[in-house]
Amino acid sequence: MSTTLLLVQTLNGLQFGIILFLIAAGLTLVFGVMDFINLAHGVQYMVGAYFAAMFSAYTGSFVAGLALALPAALAFGLLLEVLVFRHLYDRDHLDQVLATFGVILFLNQGVKAVWGAAPLFVPMPSALSGSIELMSGLLYPVYRLAIIAAGLGVGLLLYALVHHTRAGMLVRAGATNAPMVSALGVDIRRLFMIVFGFGAMLAGFAGVMVAPILSVEPGMGDNILILAFVVIVIGGIGSIRGAFLAALLIGLVDTLGRSLMPNILRLALDPSMASQTGRAVAPMLIYILMAAVLFFRPTGLFPVKR
Amino acid sequence: MSGALLREEIGTGDAAPRPAAALRRHVPLMLLFLTLALAPLVARFGGESYVLSLLLRVMIFGIAAMSLDLILGYGALISFGHAAFLGLGAYGVGILMSHGFDGAFLQLAAALTASALFALVTGAISLRTKGVYFIMITLAFGQMLYFLATSLAAYGGDDGMTLPRKSLVFGTRILEQPFVFYYLVLACLLGTYLLCCAIVASRFGRVLRGTRENPVRMQAIGFGPFAYQLTAYVIAGTLCGLSGFLLANQTEFVSPAFMTWQRSGELIVMVILGGMGTLHGAIVGAAAFVLLEEGLSRITELWKMIFGPMLVLVVLFARGGILGFFRRGGRG
Amino acid sequence: MKRTFKTASLALGLGLFASTALAQSGEKIRIGLIQTLSGPAATLGQQARDGFNLAVKELGGKLGGRDVELVVVDDELKPDVAVTKAKGLVDRDKVDVVVGPIFSNVLLAIHKPVLEGGAILISANAGPSSYAGKECHPNFFVTSYQNDQVHEVLGKVAQNRGYKKVYLLAPNYQAGRDSMAGFKRHFKGEVVEESYVPLNTLDFQGELAKIAAAQPDAIFTFMPGGMGVNLVRQYGQAGLKERIPFLSAFTVDESTLPAQQDAAVGLLGGMTWAPNMDNPVNKAFVAAFEKEFNYVPGSYAMQAYDTARLIDSALKATGGNSGDKKALAAAIRKADFKSARGDFKFNANGYPIQDFWLVKVAKRPDGKFQTEVVEKVFDDYGDVYAKDCKPAS
Repeated sequence: MSTTLLLVQTLNGLQFGIILFLIAAGLTLVFGVMDFINLAHGVQYMVGAYFAAMFSAYTGSFVAGLALALPAALAFGLLLEVLVFRHLYDRDHLDQVLATFGVILFLNQGVKAVWGAAPLFVPMPSALSGSIELMSGLLYPVYRLAIIAAGLGVGLLLYALVHHTRAGMLVRAGATNAPMVSALGVDIRRLFMIVFGFGAMLAGFAGVMVAPILSVEPGMGDNILILAFVVIVIGGIGSIRGAFLAALLIGLVDTLGRSLMPNILRLALDPSMASQTGRAVAPMLIYILMAAVLFFRPTGLFPVKR
Repeated sequence: MSGALLREEIGTGDAAPRPAAALRRHVPLMLLFLTLALAPLVARFGGESYVLSLLLRVMIFGIAAMSLDLILGYGALISFGHAAFLGLGAYGVGILMSHGFDGAFLQLAAALTASALFALVTGAISLRTKGVYFIMITLAFGQMLYFLATSLAAYGGDDGMTLPRKSLVFGTRILEQPFVFYYLVLACLLGTYLLCCAIVASRFGRVLRGTRENPVRMQAIGFGPFAYQLTAYVIAGTLCGLSGFLLANQTEFVSPAFMTWQRSGELIVMVILGGMGTLHGAIVGAAAFVLLEEGLSRITELWKMIFGPMLVLVVLFARGGILGFFRRGGRG
Repeated sequence: MKRTFKTASLALGLGLFASTALAQSGEKIRIGLIQTLSGPAATLGQQARDGFNLAVKELGGKLGGRDVELVVVDDELKPDVAVTKAKGLVDRDKVDVVVGPIFSNVLLAIHKPVLEGGAILISANAGPSSYAGKECHPNFFVTSYQNDQVHEVLGKVAQNRGYKKVYLLAPNYQAGRDSMAGFKRHFKGEVVEESYVPLNTLDFQGELAKIAAAQPDAIFTFMPGGMGVNLVRQYGQAGLKERIPFLSAFTVDESTLPAQQDAAVGLLGGMTWAPNMDNPVNKAFVAAFEKEFNYVPGSYAMQAYDTARLIDSALKATGGNSGDKKALAAAIRKADFKSARGDFKFNANGYPIQDFWLVKVAKRPDGKFQTEVVEKVFDDYGDVYAKDCKPAS
């Protein structure tokens, strides 16, 4: 395997990790601050992508679609919060799992009822289509670099918000000890709503960003939700920094594992055996990684101190 | 949520043999089993093999959900990889049969041993973690097994494999008789229920519940939770392996689709839906899940748009699942 | 506690009631349609259902002169769920014919319960090798193709065009492995890489980088559903579309083109048919379908449409009698109907003998996308397994 190929794969891994981070960030905050397991976080990603498809078809422009889809995703998240989720905050985790599972079933079928079962098309903004040559022989699509840049931007923004604003301080305090924050007179309901809405919007943003490169279809959020959970568990629940690093780790391990695994195994096994085993092991890698991390660090890599 | 229900059900100082005591209190439950026992006779009037097939699914998933309830409801161990045992049990049948070993007892022994061993190893690792970390590490092991199954090209890989027949009992095809198989599954369900009742009521079961309520205190009075939790995890995995063995025989088909993470989620849903920490709640939950899935999907293609909100409503307005709802109704 | 029992018996009663209510009725011919109608693959099942419905509608709501009662069920793409639903069709709804599923794993699961239940099973899409050879069954038919054949078309094309080096790409599951085997049956050049990606892969950047580095004469891929949508769009975005010919099976078709759009134009596929195929039956079918459902039909819809007309022809031959399954199966085997794809007859194993075409994606003047025939690759082509089938009848 050549260096160029390795570089491209690394960029791909980063880009995948960034998308995972956008989804995991909201999930880990909601979980960490509100102690709320939201399985329906994945459908917010899906809904974001559908909004992008609808608005960009309506306006004929991806940027306008993005601009409309973000507030729509936010509004949708808040609507769900008011209708369902806010009644679940003081329930135990299993009640939350059951109810949010119900929401997934409803919305996965709901988008099908509204937009049809066939995958939808979202055009790529023309300014960002095409590839650029990063170094000689290394062509890389501009749009994917844009995703990486946007994700890093959001990451920095989140960092600034969480560490340098009053709301962020409350969020951090909430992740450590929510009852105490509440006892100090903070309107915890409002804080929850802000955190929740923000998380929903981030997931929606991830959905919008992937819409031009992936197919927009019912159920697209289910598998990525599981990966997002893997990310926040490895990173340590409630930790934005942990989610960021774990997301990149998962993105890189998954992408590089798939392409390198057969080659690595070839050192020890004969070629056909190696490629067969490699194929079997590659999709397991991230789960093996998670099990190993939790074995040695039972509360993740960056546990929030309590 | 289930603590109150539990204390009510299993007294602490009762000297009577516990399975019998549980049964006396559960006359309605006996009626449930009686209904299941008589259903095939009613089914004769139409759609026999379909009704049997539907009820078999109820009972088989009832066993699986009950085994999950044992660790989830009584030990607060939320396993998100429980379907792996369903798959292990099923592949125990499929793999042996494809090599010409058709005997039910051998297959069952293999299915249960494989499930127990897998539970022992993964449980020992998983139990280092707690709460949501436990949920996710059990998911991880479930996923590993799922991907392993999809890569087994010799056994159908992703498509799974059709079994040539049901397992043989002493070389006879007696399980092919619909009623024989039906009552065998019913007996397994009843046996599993009685076994779980006995476990829950035993000293072991009380310690297990103690580890859920207050692990620190249990540790302090000399019960290290780990050994108890691991034992419970192995028992639950083995029982679920039994349901996998039955599922393979019912569908005469084995597939990695039996052990997707969605299926593990469905088992959790069955337990909570029925009312966790009650054992028979798991059967009610499995029945509600399977029959609603079947009934609603006949009404409309968009049945999940009805089923989803129903789950939300159960959580919001029926604490303690279906059982909890009716119990409160009965009191009020 | 009493309520527990009530709930349980209520739930049981619900199931029993549903089962008996529909069991008896008059002269209608009962057909069961088992398709994937939920989840991401639902669009394929919908095509099949729409195609079947259209044919029945055109025949005046009758098949072989008898009124039709169509029972449509969703297999949810879960084999064990499908087994129960199939038993329901045969046993409760007493259907005479079950028109089978999109996916092979569902077909494998329902094959036995349907045929042992005494109904005739016609798969309108899935065509696994499992039942094409020794395990063939007199009451089992396939109206699509044997899965390998479509992959063989592309292998043959690659061979005919003199490609020396081809890169193969498929998802890592049984059908993916079969596709590569099928491609290699007629392709004698060098396979530079057999690359498998995990099922449900969304991102192909890594593969595209490897393809660009390998510089093959062409790539062959089998990437159904959403995976195909992603691959095709990313293939174009990576700038490979103009440089390396793209041969594919089940990757660019009418079910995925609405999401692939311009990115797919010019890409090649193999099929038994395309919407622009020039025969009167097909022209009428495509026009009526688009008018009725407002989208371009794919092969899934065409095969289901053909299946309904096949059943119609068979029932006409038996004088509307569906009770004698042996006679009905024999009438079906004659395939005395005009297929939208032209020549069509059954092989000894119940799979079709038909022509296979190279097709190419094009944009129509009305802005919609469809595949169009390029050249015939195989004429009256049967599968390789049929010779192992010893007809029982």
